Amino acid sequence: MKILVTVKRVENTESKIKVKPDGSGIVTDGMKYEINPFDLIALEEALRLRDKQGGEVVVVLIGPPEAQTELRSPALAMGADRAIHVKHAGPLDSDGAARLLAKVAEAEKPDLILCGKQAVDDDQGQAGQILAELLGWPQATAASKHESLESEQEKSKTPGIQIAEGAKTAKVIREVDGGLETLEVQLPAVVTCELRLNLPRFASLPNIMKARKKEVKELTPQDLGVDVAPKVAILKYAAPPVRKGGIKVPDVATLVDKLRNEAKVI
Amino acid sequence: MSTVLVVAEQLDGALRRPSFSALKAGRQLADRLSAKLHVLLCGQNLGAAAQELAAYGGDALHIADAAELAHPLAEAHSQVIAQAAKALGADYVLATSTSQSKDILPRVAAKLGAGMASDVLGFAGEGSAVTFRRPMWAGSILVEVAISTPIKVLTVRAAEFGVAEKASAPAPIQPFAAAVDASKVHAKFVDLTLVKSARPQLTDARIIVSGGRGTKGDFKPIDALADALGAAVGASRAAVDSGWVPSDYQVGQTGKTVAPDLYIAVGISGAIQHMAGMKNSKVIVAINTNPEAPIFEVADYGLVGDLNKILPELIAALQKH
Repeated sequence: MKILVTVKRVENTESKIKVKPDGSGIVTDGMKYEINPFDLIALEEALRLRDKQGGEVVVVLIGPPEAQTELRSPALAMGADRAIHVKHAGPLDSDGAARLLAKVAEAEKPDLILCGKQAVDDDQGQAGQILAELLGWPQATAASKHESLESEQEKSKTPGIQIAEGAKTAKVIREVDGGLETLEVQLPAVVTCELRLNLPRFASLPNIMKARKKEVKELTPQDLGVDVAPKVAILKYAAPPVRKGGIKVPDVATLVDKLRNEAKVI
Repeated sequence: MSTVLVVAEQLDGALRRPSFSALKAGRQLADRLSAKLHVLLCGQNLGAAAQELAAYGGDALHIADAAELAHPLAEAHSQVIAQAAKALGADYVLATSTSQSKDILPRVAAKLGAGMASDVLGFAGEGSAVTFRRPMWAGSILVEVAISTPIKVLTVRAAEFGVAEKASAPAPIQPFAAAVDASKVHAKFVDLTLVKSARPQLTDARIIVSGGRGTKGDFKPIDALADALGAAVGASRAAVDSGWVPSDYQVGQTGKTVAPDLYIAVGISGAIQHMAGMKNSKVIVAINTNPEAPIFEVADYGLVGDLNKILPELIAALQKH
């Protein structure tokens, strides 16, 4: 089967994000970048499915020319077969990203598209679902599993998504408020991946070397015939109000007294 | 006159509490715009839920009651929500950021050619040009966004809006003739495993006790304190990743965002990713052996020490009164 995995380049999650003094954006000087953590989980799942039943894993990234660094490593270096880089710098909302990805999907005709459940920069969590709607495909968001990340199932790199014999349907366990839901989706489908689906592998040095030679097809929004003018525009960036630190209390009695008589929350 | 359509949620005929936050946010937006407020509830066998929901007011409560809507399948529900939005001439479609609405509403937006803002924290802007405040980078940054499409789709964060109160007059209940095209539904519900707990749900709880790496895997003291307070139990990502507690306990950037009256963080150092999920709590208490732990920077009351000594003492002190 052929699996398309969407990956986004985001600011390093350990970095402190700061607003520019004029509120027009964030400070990017010296910023390190990485692939969105949820997208690495999607890629890991794709690699496990391919290794189990054969096929091809294609990664697609929309981003500036520099993003090819992260597209090669870790994305291709983790084991994807080839990549598509839709070159675009500047504003792009979830709807624009989904319309670009839909065009790529129409050309590639995958059996399954795996996405992260959200990108940790804009935190919108919409692109996968919009993509599914544009393609007229079913979706399963926030894919997870019953087993923990410490389980034997995880150690043996068993995929959490179960593809039925003949690859016409897939069973996906989803994280929902209060529990786990199982859906059966017809393929092709879009599945977005939650944190607890798997632990992504690291790229080994030989694979990082190999990734340098793997095929990366370059496209532009114009090539795909998509106008990416955003429907959702960011007008202003601001730092959130700072929470004032409180006091340290010496003992349990003082804590209970403060909670009862000062904060009045118990 | 513009129209705000609030999408409420139910499970097996029982209204879900986050619906009341969507109603409150919808009322706020409608008042701002002098707009009509319509409410939509989709599902099957909705008689009782409709009566309960109607008491919270609105210009009309539309009930889409159909067998195809028994489970919240995104392909089925998005058809009906988009149909209702068109039929009612809605300018805004709004729901609470629950796992269900996060799943369904982007499809609704795509059907309506609408721009969408997720996790809205509040409204801004002048007159009818409403803008939306929302978090990015796990709440490290707040942005103000404008949506340029005629119809705008929003999910709102429950904790920021609170819950609606009953209205002086109930909303008139109107059946909505939902037409689900089954040929466009390619997913099937198999089962739902709810985590059974006598404790309140994390996102509903007034008090939360959370445990982290400092518990070393033993959540018994955390559970005991939670039960003494009638609180929900949460956890840091470290505790979840270690397999000590189920994943739906997780509070943080990649887990649940909570804002209870009282949040007690036990053995949690306070990674950025955890704080993103709880820093809007009204009162924060931190209990940690490390006096330098970042959690103390946001805690109203900090207590340095061993949780295995402090928690039993705390439970005893609470039970004394």
